[in-house]
Amino acid sequence: MSSEALRSDYRLVAEMVRPGTRVLDVGCGDGELLAFLAQHKQVDARGIEISREGVAACVAKGLAVIQGDADTDLADYPDDCFDYVILSQTIQATRNPKIVLEQMLRIGRNAIVSFPNFGHWRIRTHLMFKGAMPVTENLPDTWYNTPNIHFCTIRDFVALAEALQARIVRADALDAAGKPVGVKMPWWFWNLMGEQGIFWLARQGD
Amino acid sequence: MVRKIEFSFRREQGSQRMNQRHHEADEPHSLVLRLGADDPLVLESGASLAPVQIAYQTYGTLNAERTNAILICHALTGDQHVANVHPVTGKAGWWISMVGPGKPIDTDRFFVICSNVIGGCMGSSGPASTNPETGEAFATGFPVLTISDMVRAQARLIDHLGIETLLAVVGGSMGGMQVLAWASLFPSRVFAAMPIASAAKHSAQNIAFHEVGRQAVMADPEWRRGRYQQEGARPVKGLAVARMAAHITYLSEPALQRKFGRKLQDREAPTFSFDADFQVESYLRHQGISFVERFDANSYLYLTRAMDYFDLAADNGGSLGAAFRNTRTRFCLVSFTSDWLFPTSDSRQIVHALNAAGASVSFVEIESDKGHDAFLLEEPNLFATTRGFLNAAATARGIPGGAA
Repeated sequence: MSSEALRSDYRLVAEMVRPGTRVLDVGCGDGELLAFLAQHKQVDARGIEISREGVAACVAKGLAVIQGDADTDLADYPDDCFDYVILSQTIQATRNPKIVLEQMLRIGRNAIVSFPNFGHWRIRTHLMFKGAMPVTENLPDTWYNTPNIHFCTIRDFVALAEALQARIVRADALDAAGKPVGVKMPWWFWNLMGEQGIFWLARQGD
Repeated sequence: MVRKIEFSFRREQGSQRMNQRHHEADEPHSLVLRLGADDPLVLESGASLAPVQIAYQTYGTLNAERTNAILICHALTGDQHVANVHPVTGKAGWWISMVGPGKPIDTDRFFVICSNVIGGCMGSSGPASTNPETGEAFATGFPVLTISDMVRAQARLIDHLGIETLLAVVGGSMGGMQVLAWASLFPSRVFAAMPIASAAKHSAQNIAFHEVGRQAVMADPEWRRGRYQQEGARPVKGLAVARMAAHITYLSEPALQRKFGRKLQDREAPTFSFDADFQVESYLRHQGISFVERFDANSYLYLTRAMDYFDLAADNGGSLGAAFRNTRTRFCLVSFTSDWLFPTSDSRQIVHALNAAGASVSFVEIESDKGHDAFLLEEPNLFATTRGFLNAAATARGIPGGAA
């Protein structure tokens, strides 16, 4: 697969990963990103995926993926065993995002997290004018059946990173078209215009 | 009257099969590797075994580079007849759905080997084999074995076949224990390992079930302290009961319920007797009787014992991770949701140890209500996982062919 065919958030994540490193993708789905990283970045690719179908698809691609849960299974990995731990579009579905992020920064030297930004203007206007929990193209579930139990905004995520004393190595926001929101813009602008945030975190001092 | 004739016919047929089986123990319908008296197998107990005989089957063709060999390790009551007609029962091989041309373990692409474990009764050295020193069956004079002993014997066979590194070692249940022992004892000889419905140690509950089985065998007066073969006796009742008890552990409550429920066997009402009123009783009796025709009672004692002794962490200073330290083998583990004999938690424990050792590991728990036996049955998800894992391993090893 060429990098053009890759989902725009995956493409950004792939940019952040150094070739030949050890990568764990938490919630790796059918292994699209992992397979891309294994092929184009020669990484040692590992994954955790909660669904049986996802794991089966990954194993069939030759990826090393275990069936597991981000909330419970990261604790089983030793310290520093990965260069990058990736969590794409999954943190909002975890029971305890703070602990998950803590574990990611324990087992990996770098954590890359992408998530839907609940501070996006469309979501704000939806809540303001309709007075109901937003249901959008990217977030199609209703409040009572959504797996996404911990939504946050880009600003909220920055606060969590600060609370964990993590260093933000790089941050990006993508608009609805999957295009990066201007790099020079302030946080409030990103928080309004970014449909998703992609953060590369590292431990302080690393 | 008709029943009686059927029964005596069955007895006659059973007796013929048992004679055929006794013959298989020394002169099997298989390829045989014979290691001479000067080439003993030193066992974990300290005993040494010589001469040793290993009966095996192969399928497919070994490539010129000798890189496409897959070793299959059979379970407790399995044997080397994976994908051919069984010489004693006349039935299809026990993994015919998994192994063959175009099957998940594709014999068009891979060279597949399966040997009867030592301690078995289908042609590898075991308690049913003739002791060359006495001219009689070893019986309980055979040394007690471990899973590692079985694996070391298999390694001799792989040496003999001129194969340095196996593309994969695959097996379920006791076969999975052998896979784990292979990966731990000979890490550089195992490119990929696939233990299915297995565990790194036999649980207390599993040891307990095995003990029930062994006691049933030994309580049978026809067992004759193991010397039934010499004395012309047939300890069929004890072994049949052992098999009946064990068979329950291979199934699951939902599977039994679905298959039998409380349905009665060929009758409208209970007979107020101890006849097999219920279908499930009749089924278990059948399982017991057909098993004794193809399996040796002493072998059953030895192989269950070997499983009981298996504890890979204990063999490595108490750390399961240490069993796989610096391993380069790629692993794929599979468990089944309704397997209570080798539950998912057993597989997860191995996955955790492999993660701690930094190993490449895949793991999937497959939804099935068929219990432990699921690994032997038509399970599309098991087939897909096996095919995907082995093809990826083959590609990584540079073996041509395969769809992807």
